Amino acid sequence: MAKVESTFKNMTLTLLIITLIASAGLGLVYQSTKGPIEVAQLAKVNNAIKVVLPDFDNQPYTEAYTVKADGGDLIFYPATKNGQKVGVAVKTFSNNGFGGKIELMVGFLPDGTINKIAVVSHKETPGLGDKIEPSKSDFSVQFEGKNPATFKLKVTKDGGNVNAITASTISSRAYCDAVSRAYNAFMKGENNE
Amino acid sequence: MEYILIVIAAIFVNNVVLSKFLGICPFLGVSSKINTSIGMAGAVTFVMVIATMVTFLLQRYILDPLGAGFMQTIVFILVIASLVQMVEIILKKISPALYQALGIFLPLITTNCAVLGIAILVIKNNYNLLEGVVYAAASAIGFGFALVIMAGIREQLELANIPKGMKGVPIALLTAGILALAFMGFAGIVK
Amino acid sequence: MNRIANLTRGIFRENPTFVLVLGMCPTLATTSSAINGMGMGLATMFVLLCSNAVISLIAGFIPDKVRIPSYIVVIATFVTIVDLLMQAYTQSLYEKLGIFIPLIVVNCIVLGRAEAFANKNGVLDSALDGLGMGIGFTLALTILGSIRELLGNFTIFGLRVLPKDPSWSRAAFFHEPMLVFILAPGAFIVLAYLIAIFNKIRKQ
Repeated sequence: MAKVESTFKNMTLTLLIITLIASAGLGLVYQSTKGPIEVAQLAKVNNAIKVVLPDFDNQPYTEAYTVKADGGDLIFYPATKNGQKVGVAVKTFSNNGFGGKIELMVGFLPDGTINKIAVVSHKETPGLGDKIEPSKSDFSVQFEGKNPATFKLKVTKDGGNVNAITASTISSRAYCDAVSRAYNAFMKGENNE
Repeated sequence: MEYILIVIAAIFVNNVVLSKFLGICPFLGVSSKINTSIGMAGAVTFVMVIATMVTFLLQRYILDPLGAGFMQTIVFILVIASLVQMVEIILKKISPALYQALGIFLPLITTNCAVLGIAILVIKNNYNLLEGVVYAAASAIGFGFALVIMAGIREQLELANIPKGMKGVPIALLTAGILALAFMGFAGIVK
Repeated sequence: MNRIANLTRGIFRENPTFVLVLGMCPTLATTSSAINGMGMGLATMFVLLCSNAVISLIAGFIPDKVRIPSYIVVIATFVTIVDLLMQAYTQSLYEKLGIFIPLIVVNCIVLGRAEAFANKNGVLDSALDGLGMGIGFTLALTILGSIRELLGNFTIFGLRVLPKDPSWSRAAFFHEPMLVFILAPGAFIVLAYLIAIFNKIRKQ
């Protein structure tokens, strides 16, 4: 097969055709994965909600609403059982993580007590800061069943009640920051009602 | 203040090469002489800052409004590849001296993943244009910093008696590992 | 016979990681655990296989001067496809690998094989070459990830290999996993010794 010559016309034409085919193909793949990507993301949020709240029978994500907080939006997912309020899952964040943003899902009982906390996403160092994940260490367990009204959401070094992860004070502080941001927004909402 | 934090974090705490693992190929490839490593560092800084600016504007004003975020990879790499070519041509015309110094490194930069990596990270971290440029410049300086230190050590290593199996790449990687260990000491100076 | 050689070349004799020392960035960055390393290897393998096959098909129609940009477009297309597929079906892995998925596009192995092999050989041979290189890369990353995970966390693929029990460990000479191997310095150090050992084996 003879090589195509490198004339200006040939070069432009080849690049144009390749790029067109590539973008058309990508467009197709994008369209067909769009649905599954949304489903996967929704499933992740739903799983987190299920983990952090007591039993409920509504669809919290259909009733979700956002609340403005310093530095961004928090998403509230209210859960009910037989029409009774059983708690609210709050998707919260902190920008002070060691590797950047940390996103948590905090489950509050109606009186403000923390039920459970799950990690939605983070970029903390493997082996150190990633111990905020419940599967990696028991760090998050100490928050369970505590009410931030009496349980100070700060690491012991800063005069609070939280035992920081060894060698990961920054990650622990960011975690507390995210939880207290959620708690403050939650209480504000409760008092307005 | 925020900009100072970005700069210090990018150069020392999260050094592109030693903690983010971007740009390892040139880091191992052109770090045997101090002179060449300074040239490479200069060329990378130049391209990285321009590439970050161009890709940022493209993402904000063309890809995002069109909802074509999934075209990011393909667009960015083409922009960087053509940018490198353009920089090469322009430098040749307006500043032959600078071209002499950086010219041979430019073609290598297209496949330097630090350039594409930083361009993507600027978008991911939601920086604005100025923060993005500062971040890109600081990262490039961090890259140069690591490169020059490494070159200094490797020039000395030439004279050392290294076990046969460790010669070449293994000893370079080992040196990089010890450097990374040293850079871990910077963790915590920010925040 | 020749076909088999095309496949096996990348696995041992010209292993992209241990012999050619290409694609170092993802090799070092994504091997903090065995599963991450393997995921990265498989994603790269898919891109290698597809781009090698397509490039061998279209190489004859591409003028020489726009060869590289054309190849880059083909590679970037497959990278984006992997990116979208992983986002849809393997989300947690996708988040762990982060920006190193789009960065497959600048992995020297992919463009290197396109230039060195795919543009002069047939579809089947090129696909086999891509597959072999991909397997070699995946194996290398999985080995590296397993060693780092074992030393740094006492686990492989998340399964506990050594107990973290203080009474047991007092008898042994180490009692806590060596965290440094999961962190950045460990990546460099383990790879350094692996390459040295591989060189030794290959020369015999």
